[in-house]
Amino acid sequence: MNAIEPAACFAATDYKSEVKPIWCPGCGDYTVLGSITKALALLQLPPHEVAVVSGIGCSSRIPAYTRCYGFHGVHGRSLAAATGLKAARPDLTVLVASGDGDGYSIGGNHFLHACRRNVDLTYIVMDNHVYGMTKGQASPTTEPDWDNKLSPGGTGVRAFHPLVIALASGANFVARAFSGDPNGTADILARAIRHPGFSFVEILSPCVTFRPEQRDWRKAVHPAAVEPTDDPARAARRIMTDDGFNIGVLYAGARTPYPVGAPPARCTVDELAREFEL
Amino acid sequence: MAQTSSMAQPAGAAPSLSIALAGSGGSGVMTAGTLLLEGAARAGLQGLMVRTSGPQIRGGEAAALLRLSAAPVESLDDAFDLLLAIDWSNVHRFADEIPLRPTSLVIGDSEGDPVPEVFATSGARVLTLPLKKMSKAVPGSWINMIALGLAGALAGVPAAALEAALAASWKRSAEALAANVQALQSGASQALGLDSPLTPLAPVAALGAGAARPARWLLSGNEAAGLGALRGGIRFVAAYPITPATEMLEWMAPALSRVGGSLLQAEDELASINMIIGASFGGVPSLTATAGPGLSLMTEGIGLAVAAEVPIVVVDVMRGGPSTGIPAKSEQSDLSYAVHGLHGDAPRLVLAPSSIADCAATTQWAVELAETLQAPALVLSDQSMGQSRCIVDPPAAAASPPLRLLAVPDGQAYRRYLDTPSGVSPMAVPGVPGLTYTADGLEHNEAAVPSSQARDHRVQLAKRQRKLLGHDYGARWADVEGEGALAVITFGSASGPVREAVTRLRRAGLELRLVVLRLLAPLQAPAMAGALAGVREVMVVEQNHGAQLLHYLRGAALLPGRPQGIHLPGPLPLRPAGLAEALAAWAQALHDAQERRAA
Amino acid sequence: MKRAPKTLEELMAVALAIELDAVQRYKDFADTLEAHNNHEVAALFRTMAGYEGHHVEQVMSTMGWTTPPAAALAPMPWVGGESPEAVPFEDVHYLMQPWHALELALAAEQRAEAFFAELVEAADEGPVREAARQMQAEEAEHVQLVRAWMAKVPRPDSAWADDPDPPRYSDL
Repeated sequence: MNAIEPAACFAATDYKSEVKPIWCPGCGDYTVLGSITKALALLQLPPHEVAVVSGIGCSSRIPAYTRCYGFHGVHGRSLAAATGLKAARPDLTVLVASGDGDGYSIGGNHFLHACRRNVDLTYIVMDNHVYGMTKGQASPTTEPDWDNKLSPGGTGVRAFHPLVIALASGANFVARAFSGDPNGTADILARAIRHPGFSFVEILSPCVTFRPEQRDWRKAVHPAAVEPTDDPARAARRIMTDDGFNIGVLYAGARTPYPVGAPPARCTVDELAREFEL
Repeated sequence: MAQTSSMAQPAGAAPSLSIALAGSGGSGVMTAGTLLLEGAARAGLQGLMVRTSGPQIRGGEAAALLRLSAAPVESLDDAFDLLLAIDWSNVHRFADEIPLRPTSLVIGDSEGDPVPEVFATSGARVLTLPLKKMSKAVPGSWINMIALGLAGALAGVPAAALEAALAASWKRSAEALAANVQALQSGASQALGLDSPLTPLAPVAALGAGAARPARWLLSGNEAAGLGALRGGIRFVAAYPITPATEMLEWMAPALSRVGGSLLQAEDELASINMIIGASFGGVPSLTATAGPGLSLMTEGIGLAVAAEVPIVVVDVMRGGPSTGIPAKSEQSDLSYAVHGLHGDAPRLVLAPSSIADCAATTQWAVELAETLQAPALVLSDQSMGQSRCIVDPPAAAASPPLRLLAVPDGQAYRRYLDTPSGVSPMAVPGVPGLTYTADGLEHNEAAVPSSQARDHRVQLAKRQRKLLGHDYGARWADVEGEGALAVITFGSASGPVREAVTRLRRAGLELRLVVLRLLAPLQAPAMAGALAGVREVMVVEQNHGAQLLHYLRGAALLPGRPQGIHLPGPLPLRPAGLAEALAAWAQALHDAQERRAA
Repeated sequence: MKRAPKTLEELMAVALAIELDAVQRYKDFADTLEAHNNHEVAALFRTMAGYEGHHVEQVMSTMGWTTPPAAALAPMPWVGGESPEAVPFEDVHYLMQPWHALELALAAEQRAEAFFAELVEAADEGPVREAARQMQAEEAEHVQLVRAWMAKVPRPDSAWADDPDPPRYSDL
């Protein structure tokens, strides 16, 4: 982070652009946007030193709604683009925004490897258990028996468990949040951003249009009963046995982040060329 | 700015009426448009409906754009005769898509916002009615029913036909149905007292009335393509949802299981393409559907299908590009990619349906060709056909027989990639003893053993090319119409407005030949030469910025004279008047140049 | 609240935070309904944001604050996630009618009143308890105002959420 400019004090609203979101009224993503801006204000990161990278989907519209640098890429590749950005510009704080379809389906492969690689990124997935796009299809986190047009009667395929996958693949920080608790989510996000390495925050964010029954999530969520652990095995046991509504930081590890950035130059290109001389 | 059309419908053309229904947030214009089209079909009319909407998922501004006629409709007209807005919220955003004429009629709610200036400046007559009040006067009814009844009456679609359409799709209570029927009639009754400049369409014999009227179909291009696929024998689909192809997949999902096939939702397009290659290797004709971004991801897989000689069909419902582009709008800008976009020398089949009805026939043909030639076939549909609904004469066709040349054990060692005169080698199906082999993307010899030998590469390259070039595609490669020394060449959905432009010009005394390509790869050079015999100059019309078809045909040295192009990208549809003007100017310029040379 | 305010400054910072949250929430609602062509309710929410803005000014002038103190901008340890006066985000609907909006506002003011009532209970006699009593009384007044407003607004009929058109999404 740069030297502190005493005059500059960023309020959460300083991170919001004037573009009005077009998410459906009632969408959880509104409060997630608010939580992201609150987290950035907590950390007092200058907006121009933050980059928000996204893919395709409702959640991926977020970059334009912030005053940070943004990259709205193609479906499922946000982690790859973000990794490249952070590797080339380690000085930036890079946030990645995605949804369960973008992130776990077409983005699944990149998710595994981003967790393995442990580059210092914060991956925020707004999970609503459905493809908000294209009129409601099952996503990897949808229940197997959810009836929809593309898979009548349900896919019959077991839902993906992103937190377990993240932990098993090496993510250094694993948390679950709920869009209905904006301050709690802001707190989790601030901790995730501060934590070195790959931080993964799955935010349960109900889809009012395609999954109206998710209003009940408010009653189902509960704070995690224990403090975050830095022991992957203990975290694995907790996460594999939780009910999917356990809110809080579940794992905060001590893996060394992937070294990004280039070393200082040690010779010129001409000097390299001379090595061809006999 | 709303355009005004300088070219009114010429005398002698089958009259048509173009209607735009607009509104927002719960007003139900899409439903009203759908019912208007269905009512028109029941009344024996034909027509086309395109829908457009804002970026909101619900509650956004929306418009249903229809054209109705007694004759088949394959294109939107140059302007709309009626714009009926339930409310004006953000409807001005559709001004480019709803051009009006001075002879048009605009109707709004007398207690709503005033007509947006962009529509008022067209010179159209503006009338208002108490639409909301009328709707409230029928408790339990929707306001779009008032609009539907009114629009129907002004267009000449009998209320009885609209009621029948409403009842047929009604899923709620009988009381609600009765209320909505009442609202419909209330709307229709208002037409009588209106000082409307519109001439309603003359009644035609309604469906089912008398033996002479054949059955008609009402379907979208996506549905038609799905049907064509099933007729061709497709029984496995793996796919990933993408606008504007998803409806084809959603139609096929239950349809496949009813005819003994299945659909699998893949995790992405890389998986989709490889899944259908696997299924087809297993002997089951397989297909996927996607749009530009998905096609890009599938490219590597399509190359694998070329090299391993596995039949697959990939339907690309083209949309605004490049990259994420304009997902809900149409364009014909994937052509270059479809015909060229594979690494290596990789011949493949590319076809393009030229109308919503043709989506069925051409997709079926694509399956037949893929299976016969053991190669990938790309079908270039587009959003304007895929997501528009049209009343069509049913595209008759029998289901295709299985066409894959299957290997039969004969006691000899099986050579999967045997070099044959046709280039097509008998293909083994897993499960049959004596014919085991390993399909490969690696170059291979005739026995399917990977090989880097020069001779094997030459033989296989030549074989893969020969099997496509040597096939007799018959007369379906293109539709060739008309006479003359000037020709217009086009493909896909552009053919609708182009054909209408050419027809108008013909009536005005300008004779143009029209070639609508259906088989885009491999190009049919001798057939094209035959189609263009006697043609001195050619104009290529397409809906993309880069004149992709023009350059493709010129590159193959298939065009005489100095070929020109009309190439307009999306998102707006091509319109007959604009095309007719451009073609007339072109013809005039050529004529003037010829005069000067003669002088 | 997870930790009851101990000083008058703390209490008024909490009160200010409540009003600031309410202003922002109503503004967000107004924007989203505007974008979804529900102009009537968007305007209503904008009016409510205006009222909450007055309350902000009231609190600030009572305390002599020209800008909100840092304590009012820091995240508040609300129990259950959100400020008592914030309408939960999932409670709006693109077809909602003015009566629905007022119903939500009423519940919000009632929650706020209950919140300050609890603080009155928790505090010892002194300036904090007195301020809490005052805030409670003001929230009670807001409750009455909203009730009166609701009485002038028609109740929605049972088909208010009926939209014949299906959702339509095409980002991907």
